[in-house]
Amino acid sequence: MKLSPKLTQKIAWGLIWTAGISAVLILLLIVVYVMARGLPIFGSDFFFTEPGGGISGEGGISSIIVSTIWLIATTMIILTPLGIGSAIYLAEYAPDNWFTGLIRHGVELLAGVPSIIFGLFGFAIFVIALNFSYSILAGALTLACLLLPFLIRTTEEAMKAVPKSYREGALALGATKWQMTTRVVVPAALPGIITGIILCIGGAVAESACLFVTMGGSAGMPSSFFDGGRSLAVHVFYLATETNALDKALATGAVLIMLILIINLATKWLSLRFRARMEGKA
Amino acid sequence: MSRYLADRIAKRLVLFLGISSFLILVLIAVFIFREGYPAFQELGFSLFGTKWYPSRDAFGIATMIVGSAVVTLIALAIAIPLSLGCAIFLAEVAPPRVREFARPAVELLLGIPSVVYGLVGLVVLLPIIADISGRGSGSSVLAAGIVLAIMVLPTVTSISEDSIRAVPSHYKEGALAMGATQWQAIRHVLLPAARPGIIAAIILGTGRAIGETMAMIMVIGNSPIFPDSIFSPARTLTGNIAVEISHATGTHASALFATGVVLFVMVMLINSVGIIFYKRTAR
Repeated sequence: MKLSPKLTQKIAWGLIWTAGISAVLILLLIVVYVMARGLPIFGSDFFFTEPGGGISGEGGISSIIVSTIWLIATTMIILTPLGIGSAIYLAEYAPDNWFTGLIRHGVELLAGVPSIIFGLFGFAIFVIALNFSYSILAGALTLACLLLPFLIRTTEEAMKAVPKSYREGALALGATKWQMTTRVVVPAALPGIITGIILCIGGAVAESACLFVTMGGSAGMPSSFFDGGRSLAVHVFYLATETNALDKALATGAVLIMLILIINLATKWLSLRFRARMEGKA
Repeated sequence: MSRYLADRIAKRLVLFLGISSFLILVLIAVFIFREGYPAFQELGFSLFGTKWYPSRDAFGIATMIVGSAVVTLIALAIAIPLSLGCAIFLAEVAPPRVREFARPAVELLLGIPSVVYGLVGLVVLLPIIADISGRGSGSSVLAAGIVLAIMVLPTVTSISEDSIRAVPSHYKEGALAMGATQWQAIRHVLLPAARPGIIAAIILGTGRAIGETMAMIMVIGNSPIFPDSIFSPARTLTGNIAVEISHATGTHASALFATGVVLFVMVMLINSVGIIFYKRTAR
């Protein structure tokens, strides 16, 4: 039996709508489910007490929030200069030769390497070889390595999007290359660069595997970045696999989802501004 | 300090930063291979054996290779039709107002932490699967495959959508002018033209799937055995590393690094092929 083109069209449209709608439904279901079970747990007890440990998962997430802030701050302090400096080199200074090509390909390929491989590396070099043991510092260094290819790529792309005429104008006025870069190209590319940085913070919030093997699992309040700790994401994992406190795990998951939502909205707004600026409207 | 001196210093500085980034990335590969090498040397082909009993010095990772492959295949079997449908929906079918809502939703799926997917899988999916199969907790390659499918959905969807959009609009207009239905134009003109991009999307999604770790540990059961049905537990290469590295020493630790080497090589191969296809569409 051969279906008429009109009937096939109807069936195909039905299937395509189903696929599109179900993707949105899956998202909504996950978000609504986590929020519905997590939000009732929210309260001062949850946010301002330390996890008590044990199978019942007593306590809240205060020390986990502090560890996460420590972790992200340390990561960004290491990552930002390295990533942006490298991107400036690639975008403005690198000669167009085989070595530059090699660096670009290396960066591109490493962007796809699984988190746990970075974790193994961080474990071998930071935890063991450099003797930082399981610590926020070891986790932050590992995380910086993981996010580095992504930050280099987004920053370089943002700088490449700045029109050539900007550079030529600056050079024609007698600026050195560095003056041109810092006073013309970087300011023009700034919304794009900041978007990249914010997405890295989002990545750091969401990341778990490479931290699981480098930060140790201690749930106490860290006093410096040489202490071990858990990020929020890692804490969700521990709660879900080692305790019966699934509601607390879902509440921590709800915190994560809200952070990711905020980060998403911020980057949306920034990229709108960046596009407007590159089109000369702002 | 004169601006010319500043310029010269800055040039050296960014060159230094650029090269150190590159060296860090090279170092990662070197370190993993160096730490894994003793296991290859000591164990030889028994590293690819079927028994993983660290306490009895048996370090065969065949079950984990199969575990990773099975989970990835289940995920792709679910994710490919769903993401392709979703990509066509976003690129061609959805009315603008629906698209404005659906697109950010798919992007948001990409940002949600993998532990959250694992958690929802653990709380919602496992009891359902346990009910259907009547086996234990429900931890299974099926559960892992479903969770993974949702996680690769946004990757495959957005790259496929981009490549469908990249097809010049007169291709489709020509087909419509010849009397093709919308679906015929999509099926016989748009999709073939976008094929390299769609293949790239699937391959890059596969790379992401094989590397997923924490969500897999949460729903797969982590037994290093060959799964005998979709309801059977298993262990992935990634899970093997994450679960055991903190208490491993000697050959055991080296065998875990060797697991990392195998994973690294697999992902590199997959992603290189994916990037080649991706570049082909970019042109």
